[in-house]
Amino acid sequence: MSRFGPDYSVHGDQEVAYRKVGHRRLFTDPDADSAREHFRSKSRKLVSKVTTAKKAVSRLLKDGDYLAVGGFGSNRIPTALLHEIVRQGKNNLGFSGHTATHDLQILAGGKCINRCDIAYVIGLEARGLSPISRKAFEEGEIEATEWTNAALAWRYKAASMGISFIPTRNMFGTDTLKYSAAVQLPCPYTGKNYIALPALYPDLAIIHVHRCDVYGNAQIDGITISDLELARAAKRLIISTERLVPESTIRQRPESTGIPFYLVDAVIEIPYGAYPANMAYEYFSDEEHLGRWLEVERDEEQFRSFLQKNIYDVDNHWEYITLNGGLERMQQLRAEELVYRQKMTEHNPGRG
Amino acid sequence: MAEYNRMELMICLAARYLEDGSTVVVGTGAPCAAAMLAQRTVAPNIMILFEAGGIGPLLPSMPISVGDSRTFYRAFAASTMSEIMSTCQRGMVDYTFLGGAQIDMYGNINSTLIGEDYDRPRVRFPGSGGANDLASFCWRIMMITPQNRMRFTNKIDFITSPGYLTGRGAREKAGLPADCGPHKIITDLVVMGFEEESKRMQVESIHPGITREDIIENTDFELLWAPEIENSAPPTDEELEILRRDVDPLRYIIGRA
Repeated sequence: MSRFGPDYSVHGDQEVAYRKVGHRRLFTDPDADSAREHFRSKSRKLVSKVTTAKKAVSRLLKDGDYLAVGGFGSNRIPTALLHEIVRQGKNNLGFSGHTATHDLQILAGGKCINRCDIAYVIGLEARGLSPISRKAFEEGEIEATEWTNAALAWRYKAASMGISFIPTRNMFGTDTLKYSAAVQLPCPYTGKNYIALPALYPDLAIIHVHRCDVYGNAQIDGITISDLELARAAKRLIISTERLVPESTIRQRPESTGIPFYLVDAVIEIPYGAYPANMAYEYFSDEEHLGRWLEVERDEEQFRSFLQKNIYDVDNHWEYITLNGGLERMQQLRAEELVYRQKMTEHNPGRG
Repeated sequence: MAEYNRMELMICLAARYLEDGSTVVVGTGAPCAAAMLAQRTVAPNIMILFEAGGIGPLLPSMPISVGDSRTFYRAFAASTMSEIMSTCQRGMVDYTFLGGAQIDMYGNINSTLIGEDYDRPRVRFPGSGGANDLASFCWRIMMITPQNRMRFTNKIDFITSPGYLTGRGAREKAGLPADCGPHKIITDLVVMGFEEESKRMQVESIHPGITREDIIENTDFELLWAPEIENSAPPTDEELEILRRDVDPLRYIIGRA
């Protein structure tokens, strides 16, 4: 105790022993210095990055890369970019399964993935399980390492901070830990045990946003899930946006710019770019269409022709939308998203 | 007394365990219905959080995803996964609800796979999602689930989320934060808690019309029995009315029974 209060600093020089407690493969290099080398050469130029889905995917994703997707499975996912990845036949991709539901369903359908960090895969939450994704894991087509949603979110966070690991207290005592690639180590201050989560630096992240300018200054409305960390963790980043807006629109609300331009490699304007997922304040998820996916997956042949029709034989996202009800359907989904906001006021709501 | 189905019974019982002024992280389905019912009955100021970032929404209806736009409709805050999970890790979330394919007598839960070989599972499930995190950090963990021998078994193929692991003190020894863990398991037969010394599952109250034999027959491990076992109080007319009229008018959840 000093006369100004207690002293919590460590006394002595105890050797800190870490222990490998997760025995599966770590798919990505957590080293912060190799990441720095990459980020050192990443362009900070304020130039237009507007391009097409086709060009961006072909230029920024190569076979074997590790991919991470923004949003939350059936909410604000970059569907148009996911379809483009399938269309271009990208394969042997590593994948971050941070609540990956319809996104994984698309990529598993296209046989794009061969390894996956799993937090939540194959299930579409309340909608049921995807037979095709399930089969890919049950038959060993995709190599897996277990994590949790917080673990993947915090692995992005570590990478976004430019460090190689982050101490956390989840996963202890479980098989989730045993089948992860995590290491345990004592806190150098308190001696208590922590999980050292390895930083996750994906080769490419794809994120769909509400608005973005030509430089890549991007704004998301509503929950951002893990996208702000992911945008910083990823070596390369493609943004698809509902609307391309002038720089002045971004500058009017700079506090909303979760993703500044220097993180971004490509910008593509794709209205309804998350369809059939839910885009908050814009359109609700197309539950009929998502139900149809799950249904056709039960029959391999039917599923192949479904993919052929909806992905391989179309040129872009608007063609896909046209096949599934076009603008009229989009307007229904917009009404669905917005109408309950009015209905709500009539009821006696909960207090939050 | 009004008629009710087993889903309505489970939701009403679960809602009564939620204290006013506390915080709860919920998923979709029955847990969300229980929290919404609690807001309209015993706990008007319980705050609901969703793992994708929603904090204190005025839920207009049942979400279909824990990240859909309803989960932050007119919320106090629309935040992030890291924010919600850090709030849990920091010790500010009182309750959560979990589900799973298997649960053992210490409340350990499997939502990952069935089978012996991790690389070739007989059945692959979604995995932890946020369940392991919530089970590690929230003070009181609850479960709403139908009870049968397949689900309530000690031959659990994979521990996805921690219960009391191997008994009293095991969580802390493994490295988890102290003093939290499974609290109540609400099934279609009984409400169970965990016996203080052993941390094993213990029957606390039995639902109307259910016998001890029913319970034993539907549990693959030996249950403990509380010294005084109560009769679960069936849903009141008021609870049922609120549940059916305001919480789940389209019967998404209560229609599943």
